[in-house]
Amino acid sequence: MAYDDERPPAIRVEGLEKRFGEVHAVRGVDFEVRGGETFGFLGPNGAGKSTTINVLCTLLRPTAGRATVAGFDVVAERDDVRREIGLVFQDMTLDTYLTGAQNLRFHGQLYGVPNAELETRMKQVLELVGLWDRRDKEVATYSGGMKRRLEIARGLLHSPRVLFLDEPTVGLDPQTRASIWEYLDQLRRQEDLTIFLTTHYMDEAEHCDRIAIMDAGQIVALDTPQALKAAIGTDRVRLVTADDSAAATAIAGRFGLEAVTTPDGLVLQVADGEAFVPRLLADLGVAVRSVSVTRPTLDDVFMTFTGRTIRDAESSGNEIPPMFRGRR
Amino acid sequence: MTAIRPETSAPAPAPMSAPAVPSPSPLPIAPVRRAPTGLTADLRAVKIVCHRELLRWLTDRRRLVAGMVQPLLWLFVLGTGLSRVVRPGTEGLDFRTFLFPGVLGTSVMFTAVFSGVSVVWDREFGFLREMLVAPISRTSIMAGKCLGGGIVATTQALVLVALAGLAGVPYNPVMLLELVAILFLASLSITAFGLLLGAKVANIQSVMPVIQTVITPMMFLSGALYPTAGLPAWLSFATKLNPLTYAVHPMRHVVFAHLDLPAAATRALDAPITWMGWPVPIALQLVVLAALGTGVFLIAVARFSRTD
Repeated sequence: MAYDDERPPAIRVEGLEKRFGEVHAVRGVDFEVRGGETFGFLGPNGAGKSTTINVLCTLLRPTAGRATVAGFDVVAERDDVRREIGLVFQDMTLDTYLTGAQNLRFHGQLYGVPNAELETRMKQVLELVGLWDRRDKEVATYSGGMKRRLEIARGLLHSPRVLFLDEPTVGLDPQTRASIWEYLDQLRRQEDLTIFLTTHYMDEAEHCDRIAIMDAGQIVALDTPQALKAAIGTDRVRLVTADDSAAATAIAGRFGLEAVTTPDGLVLQVADGEAFVPRLLADLGVAVRSVSVTRPTLDDVFMTFTGRTIRDAESSGNEIPPMFRGRR
Repeated sequence: MTAIRPETSAPAPAPMSAPAVPSPSPLPIAPVRRAPTGLTADLRAVKIVCHRELLRWLTDRRRLVAGMVQPLLWLFVLGTGLSRVVRPGTEGLDFRTFLFPGVLGTSVMFTAVFSGVSVVWDREFGFLREMLVAPISRTSIMAGKCLGGGIVATTQALVLVALAGLAGVPYNPVMLLELVAILFLASLSITAFGLLLGAKVANIQSVMPVIQTVITPMMFLSGALYPTAGLPAWLSFATKLNPLTYAVHPMRHVVFAHLDLPAAATRALDAPITWMGWPVPIALQLVVLAALGTGVFLIAVARFSRTD
């Protein structure tokens, strides 16, 4: 893992609150992100993830509480924070009339990167996201995934200490999402960088060192993906045998477990599925044709901590309906 | 979409993995140095934002051509057409000579307002955010946009200035320099005005109606197309409230100073602007123009500097 506890926290948030008039978007949030860590904010739309990220990026002022990023206060030392962070927003922020290289050059100069270093650095970040060959094409000709990759490259251009990614894969097709994550995983390995991201895709949280689950403006759980899944319990073992009813009886007799018969075979729940399977195969006495172990998913985790699925949370959430959003 | 570079494609990535990722280079990317913030950084930011305005202008051919053709239509089509009707009032002067500074003024007004209002596009397509989250002051971002808009509008007007002879305006170097200086000042002020409009306009759909309702009266009330002397009181009053008047009148005065005209023509066509009977000096008119520009610029900066 890329982080260690000796380093000062990259982000520290204490009692953070944000209100927009009547809407209490963030209701008292505390957490720390360690240097070098990839930290995920997971939750449904309207949970307060983007509001929190906007406060950390100095785009919004907190109503109460305080936050530091890279050691600087987000209100009092705004420009210092801004120099130390890279940003990739939900919505595109590129000039599509300019080329990829022109967009990066603009950014680098704006952040005061000396010209001599800028060209080298541009080549490095463009190669990192696989866009070096396209650098002189207008951004208008890029696909959605390429634009997002260019934004990631741009976010890295000025060597930030913390990279913020607000829903980096939203609106992209599954294949493009996967490729963005390949680039981000590579980035984690390659650069000494703290990554703070938000997502509402459960599977993406798996790429994080630690995850905070946010619901209705509060953090309801915060731990490693493994620990969060372990906290909610059991693995699911599914097996197809020559004789399912005999197998079910044997499982009840030898292991004291109840196996449920389903059209796809027998399903039983155990604490550590991978360790259980060898014992099962050795002692069952019935020929097993196939066996699979399913770990609990983050969907299950969200369900456990909030009592609802992420989809329910979105449909009944406290969010302002999209049609009114522009009129605030 | 694939991004396999020749040297990395050799080990053949698994066929199922969709877009292949180049393998990590052996050394981490070296961090770059960053210049400190401060006045130099702000000035640099002005230059960078201005440079982008110029880049966009140069890559947008249609805007380039439209911006140059339109004033020619005003001057040589409208001007020629009207000159037959207005002949008795011009005391023998070619109407196009009278119209020349007015068309210069309206031409920079159109270009400059659009440059300023382009901030609405920047906002709609997200690029404004990229600029606003950078560690530089918002004043320097807005100043960069103003400077860019000013250069674009003035440069486009140079095409018209070069054709002065066709409108009967002599090529006097001092006069030309004075004209360009006033054009630049007007361009800067009007771009700032466009920025302020852009700050107030909610979305792209509202841009055209707003520009129509603001720009058309400014053009008609500026004295660009007709002399302001001897107008009815209400119309005369309105022209004096119009910022463009303080750009058009000095330019016309500069041109008329280099023409050999009977006193009657100067009286009719280049009568001074008066405030309650007091003729306003040209220098003061330019100060008014600059002050109005600075004022709207500061309001626009304040509008863009708000943080929730």
